[in-house]
Amino acid sequence: METEKKLFTVSIYTENNVGLLNRISAIFQRRHINIESINSSVSEIDHVSRWTIVVEISEAQMRKIIGQIEKQVEVIKAYYHTDEETIYQESCLFKIKSDLLFEERQIQNIIKESNARIVTVNREFFVLEKSGRKSEVELLHRELKPFGIMQFVRSGRIAVTKDEMKITQLLESFASA
Amino acid sequence: METQILHHPNETSPKTERISGGEAVVRCLLAEGVDTLYGYPGGAIMPVYDELYKYQNEIHHVLTRHEQGATHAAQGYARISGKVGVAMATSGPGATNLITGIADAQIDSTPLVCITGQVGSQLLGSDAFQETDIVGISTPVTKWNHQITKASEIPEVIAKAFYIAKSGRPGPVLVDITKDAQFEEFEFQYKKCTGIRSYTPVPKTELSEVEKAAEIINASKKPMVVWGQGVILGQAENELKAVIEKAGIPAAWTILGASAIPSSHPLNVGMVGMHGNYAPNKLTNECDVLIAIGMRFDDRVTGNLESYAKQAKVIHFEIDPAEVNKNVKADLAVLGDSKESLAMLLPLLQEKVHTDWHQEFKDLYQIEYESIISRDLHPTKEGLTMGEVMKEINSQTEGKAAIVSDVGQHQMIACRYADFRQTRSNITSGGLGTMGFALPAAIGAKMAAPEREVVAVIGDGGYQMTIQELGTIFQTRVPVKIVVLNNNFLGMVRQWQQLFFDKRYASTEMTNPNFVQIAQGYSIEAKQVNKREDLASSVAEMIAHDGPYFLEVCVEKEDNVFPMIPTGASVSDIRLS
Repeated sequence: METEKKLFTVSIYTENNVGLLNRISAIFQRRHINIESINSSVSEIDHVSRWTIVVEISEAQMRKIIGQIEKQVEVIKAYYHTDEETIYQESCLFKIKSDLLFEERQIQNIIKESNARIVTVNREFFVLEKSGRKSEVELLHRELKPFGIMQFVRSGRIAVTKDEMKITQLLESFASA
Repeated sequence: METQILHHPNETSPKTERISGGEAVVRCLLAEGVDTLYGYPGGAIMPVYDELYKYQNEIHHVLTRHEQGATHAAQGYARISGKVGVAMATSGPGATNLITGIADAQIDSTPLVCITGQVGSQLLGSDAFQETDIVGISTPVTKWNHQITKASEIPEVIAKAFYIAKSGRPGPVLVDITKDAQFEEFEFQYKKCTGIRSYTPVPKTELSEVEKAAEIINASKKPMVVWGQGVILGQAENELKAVIEKAGIPAAWTILGASAIPSSHPLNVGMVGMHGNYAPNKLTNECDVLIAIGMRFDDRVTGNLESYAKQAKVIHFEIDPAEVNKNVKADLAVLGDSKESLAMLLPLLQEKVHTDWHQEFKDLYQIEYESIISRDLHPTKEGLTMGEVMKEINSQTEGKAAIVSDVGQHQMIACRYADFRQTRSNITSGGLGTMGFALPAAIGAKMAAPEREVVAVIGDGGYQMTIQELGTIFQTRVPVKIVVLNNNFLGMVRQWQQLFFDKRYASTEMTNPNFVQIAQGYSIEAKQVNKREDLASSVAEMIAHDGPYFLEVCVEKEDNVFPMIPTGASVSDIRLS
């Protein structure tokens, strides 16, 4: 079990520091681990960043890596979770020729069924946005591909955990220590 | 600075003073108690050097002959004293030359603050003359690093640098300062850093874990301790001694743990690892409880992990949570500072003797003595052995010397046979295995501890990697004693070629210069010995000499270091020949 590869979502709370990305990515790089996706944003706490990294590795490896991430001076706390323990989404954008929207009725059906959203339409192209799980995004991509996609981009995963992550309490305990 | 530093609420701000960034750097170093630093000037660090000139009566800058020498000297300074070593260099090549020493300090947990100059902030990213992204380059080998572009950041960043370097598990930090920030004037005030909210240097020791550890140890029949440098860094030598004496536990050390407990202590059973002693390696796979203290189960210590101490319950006393279960699964981890955790453990331990178990160590020692040690120390063949040179150094310094060794065969011999009587007496490059470490490290060690005899023991290969630091010795007259054990080979590599590559000695034979003349060129008293009958008198002359001294000992060309655990083999399969 320990050595079986699984998809893990790593959540890292950090001080917002230039150069930390280098430090964290180096931890994966030196073990030849491919980062599936990475996202950095503000978190629920002021001035604290939250990173979401997706990797496919064994749990034994994951544990060691979390230790090495947490050891970095600017990292407040790092967690890892399986897909079952998180609510996760990713988002994507398709840029498609506008003619198709009117000429190909099938496209309209695809959009409707996939719960994708039209962000903008002009004479040349329209932009479609879809949020969801990777498989849903991939399905939409497969369906639209035959019609011709001018541009496609997908974001990294963002995830919240079902369990509580007590960062605020942790920061309070640091401050009162 | 975006990191949050924790301040005590009742701290009062001292008065400010308008000075340049360059002067601020020097004032920060003084405020941190730095008396000596090692470095090399250049364009981008000149404003700081200009201030070092003004403050030369308060702070001693040692001009090394290469920036790598500056880092190793700072390491030697730190390792013997426990204080933070400081190295300084200019941008570009000056900064990149620091990297080997920084990497060495990172893997051997040595507290260093390295300060580099950087091109002006307006030039950053433009491939300016001597611009290099030293923060990017040093990231994987530093505990922390930071680039300063404004003078006002200097006090806070340097305060943080010192705090991070020496707290918890120590390590090197690098602070890169743009030239314009060094010129810029600002209102200076200095406050020491006492905490950073995202950083927990010492995890809390849980009493319940210590109690569990005591229970396991008290129930054990064949306990064994392996201690590492954590004991020295945590100043837990007395606590360790009390623990092993009370519970009657045979205790072995990793190469960086050497000297924490005297070599002659009856419970000191020697070194573990690839060229460690026979008994502690073999009995690692016989003990019922393995108590690892401040060590990290390096592959050179464990050999094949699949067959390492599988029969034993492993208790790991460790300050760095990332080391727990990294290489060896611990049945119980006791986090925290070893000084504290061992002190908590002591009263919970039962007094034990384990006579039969000790006898097992003694029996295996006897085997090692007969097949290896006696031949190393009392050779009957003509050529000199490295072991007998160490024996002579031991007896003539009465074990009081700090031995600074380089990397290779002589290092293993030095660590195996040095008669350590006080802590912080073994200064060597363990984790990184940096040839060229010893000569500059000895300079730093002697400067930090002038009252101690410092003997650098170096091979003819490693010596030539930083031989230019003879210039530093010449200029400062620092009285280090240098012993080069010359076998005209890169001996350890040659040994491997002999054992594992059918004696194909690819690029390991050295045609060496006249080392005595080179030393004399730097006005260093020098002598060569190649006969056994001259060894004792030559070592005596070296020790008695008032000033630096160079002694070349021509040793047997093709001697091997044994015992040996071949790479990938189990500790049980340690070879005596």
